[in-house]
Amino acid sequence: MPAGRPRRIVARRDGPMLVEGPVEIALEDGTTVSSDRFCVALCTCRRSRIYPWCDTSHRKHSPAPRPGSGD
Amino acid sequence: MEPAVKRPGAEPALPPSRGEISAALIEYLRDAGPLPDGAALAGADPLGDDLQLALYLCYELHYRGFAGVGDDREWDPELLRLRAALEKPFLAVLRARATRHGHADEALDELLVEPLDGQGVSHFLQDKGELWQLREYAALRSVYHLKEADPHAWVLPRLWGRAKAGMAAVEFDEYGAGRADRVHAKLFADLMTDLDLDPAYGRYLDASGAEALAIVNMMSLFGLHRALRGALVGHFAAVEITSSPGSRRLAKAMRRTGAGRAAEYFYAEHVEADAVHEQVVRREVVAGLLEEEPHLDGDIAFGADATGWLEDRLADRLLAAWRSGQSSLRTAV
Ligand SMILES: [Fe+2]
Ligand SMILES: [Fe+2]
Repeated sequence: MPAGRPRRIVARRDGPMLVEGPVEIALEDGTTVSSDRFCVALCTCRRSRIYPWCDTSHRKHSPAPRPGSGD
Repeated sequence: MEPAVKRPGAEPALPPSRGEISAALIEYLRDAGPLPDGAALAGADPLGDDLQLALYLCYELHYRGFAGVGDDREWDPELLRLRAALEKPFLAVLRARATRHGHADEALDELLVEPLDGQGVSHFLQDKGELWQLREYAALRSVYHLKEADPHAWVLPRLWGRAKAGMAAVEFDEYGAGRADRVHAKLFADLMTDLDLDPAYGRYLDASGAEALAIVNMMSLFGLHRALRGALVGHFAAVEITSSPGSRRLAKAMRRTGAGRAAEYFYAEHVEADAVHEQVVRREVVAGLLEEEPHLDGDIAFGADATGWLEDRLADRLLAAWRSGQSSLRTAV
């Protein structure tokens, strides 16, 4: 990141915060996690099972299986 | 003389044929006969083993080729003519049967809703998959994952601006972000080793049925044709959107069966990476392409729909076999 340029964070209410990597995150239990990915997605819904990283747990759910997911 | 030691990246051998078309093509690649004639092509099932294998062989000349087949065969005009004749009915059947949406946002929004009670392959493997089923799954996914991200790299020169920058950033991550040991294809090879599979490129081509080959052929079809750049982007978006939750289930399956650390890591990495890739692909690649070329909206939707349709066909084959305790592969692994 060029010196003097603020780091850009993309915020959306319906998904994770996107931060340019690398990042180091200090968690409340005193541990630190880091990622050197070009962009990291930070969980804001607090449902992620790999918190502080997003794992798409913020998504809406539907009762019925959908066609075309392969899954 | 020392026996020749096969380097890990060596070209695979040509596989056995699966019918008239692939048999003639293989003979032609061995300089031992003419290409299949029009009559053979006219009667072929576009989704069947014979045509899908022949198409796979044509495309593979653009990736790693085959042992004993000259590199310059990639641009053999006769082979390109045959490839076009195979692509035409395949693309036609995808357009006619897979298309469900006219707009990119409709097709992708549907994929962003996670079913509560999913019935797919990753659900099956998470809940009750046994090690032999995980091995089968890895063997047939290896026809793609050992060249992970390669079919999508073809699209880069066809994109501009935000779409190009976003696509290149995601591909960079797929290719290990500058580190050979983190290339996703390498992570998959490590997974295969954990599962006692041979990670040699092309090793399980013969084991993989038409449903698995069709998915990789679709990627090559969309990637190699500039005219299908919208479909390639839609396909890639569908993969990245559905990958993260599916990978979480597969990581669980690997952990539960004690498949090994590398086997679990491949999917765990994809939970985290594809949660990012999904955002970049939707916000930069899809939105950027739509801004530059709004007329590709329908093609982006088609690429996403075709992906889901072919994945569902593969899922049907796998689950039907596994639920009756049978192998889903053509040859044992
Ligand atoms: Fe990947
Ligand atoms: Fe990805």
